[in-house]
Amino acid sequence: MLSASVKPSTRSAFMLTLKRDLLIAFKRKNDIVNPFMFFVIVISLFPLAISPEGEKLAEIAAGVIWIAVLLSAMLSMDSLYRGDFEDGSLEILLLSPHPLFFLVLAKNIAHWLVSGFPVVIASPLLAYMLKLPSESYGTLMLTLLIGTPTLSLIGSIAVALTVGLGSRGLILAVITLPFSVPVLIFGTLAVQASASGLPAGGYLTLLLALLAGSLSLAPLTSAAALRISVS
Amino acid sequence: MNQITESSPAPDAPLPGGPLLEVRDLSCERDERVLFAGLSFVVDCGTVLQIAGSNGSGKTTLLRILCGLNDGYDGEIIWRGESTDDTAESFVGDLLYFGHRVGVNKILTPLENLRWSAGMQRTVNDQLLLDALAAVGLRGFEESPCYTLSAGQQQRVSLARLRLSPATLWVLDEPFTTLDVDAVAQLEQTLADHARQGGAVIVTTHHKLTMPSLSRLTLGMS
Repeated sequence: MLSASVKPSTRSAFMLTLKRDLLIAFKRKNDIVNPFMFFVIVISLFPLAISPEGEKLAEIAAGVIWIAVLLSAMLSMDSLYRGDFEDGSLEILLLSPHPLFFLVLAKNIAHWLVSGFPVVIASPLLAYMLKLPSESYGTLMLTLLIGTPTLSLIGSIAVALTVGLGSRGLILAVITLPFSVPVLIFGTLAVQASASGLPAGGYLTLLLALLAGSLSLAPLTSAAALRISVS
Repeated sequence: MNQITESSPAPDAPLPGGPLLEVRDLSCERDERVLFAGLSFVVDCGTVLQIAGSNGSGKTTLLRILCGLNDGYDGEIIWRGESTDDTAESFVGDLLYFGHRVGVNKILTPLENLRWSAGMQRTVNDQLLLDALAAVGLRGFEESPCYTLSAGQQQRVSLARLRLSPATLWVLDEPFTTLDVDAVAQLEQTLADHARQGGAVIVTTHHKLTMPSLSRLTLGMS
């Protein structure tokens, strides 16, 4: 009689987790707005500090945008598992009868939708501010579209590892940044290539490979890290 | 020691009369301090096991080990005749854990919390959720953010999972702490009902429980 009710499919558990995280994000708007504002502010400081001249700015535009993306991703990562760890929802997640891989993936996707995706959307506007040649806008958005989920997935591992620590401070950045460097390199190279009229396809392919790799491995690693963190 | 010699039953057909959960020679050390050693006990369907012991005697650690949240132990945990290492998926599907941190997000409403936390284990609809919340005395609070609720009310949100869970084994860590007198009586009744219907409960509390089929295990006696 106890097992009369139906166990939900992993798919519906995935959707439940995704919806829950999006709901939390929309109710706690700081988590969305702060990293995004940080991103915009960092970028708008460069014309002030370096030079408002179009030529100089265009040269550094790709790098500036990508570094700002990386830093704002760092800033947003912290909220990924911390709340769940503190209120005990993480234990419910770990003890649910579904593969943790998909639940972690759902959380990562929700996180990307609220932190990475707005950055992708806003990037042409900021690229315009930095006088990036307009023919590179497409490539920039594409690199960000592929690169930001990769950053979220990589960051998720570090957050999962450190969620149990009382004071984390810089450790999150120390773990995450080295792994994020390839994304940064290929992302900026692709934009620079397209700005100087060269094909960017090769770099985009490498970015896609990084995304594919982290999509398949990072949730596994995050799941294992979460198990270690709660024990 | 209540060691039971076991003649490995067929994987999918556990002995109907066999114990639901069996712990063999469990020991745990933390920070070079032995919390417990040589711990063996059996939890059958239809029983409530109260784990008692002074503060710091390892009650919470024991529960977390049983659930698989903590793997810093030696010994064996047998679920329906098989080690929990091998049956992890079917085991957690039949397990409900209630911890110190109750698993209630303060931004969400009780209804939204329960939709996720109960929905991970079984398919639910809003009517079921509302009924469960009403049953734990939260009628009228379904749509209030949980940060406006008291600690006891938040605990009730989590305890509403008990009314929805399909799990046979409930592992509850201090479920009575912040509840008022009525809620305590109600929860005791819920536990007794669960045992009567063939479920099993492992609960830590300093509370004096009175129910049939109750056994008690005290940690930190050695």
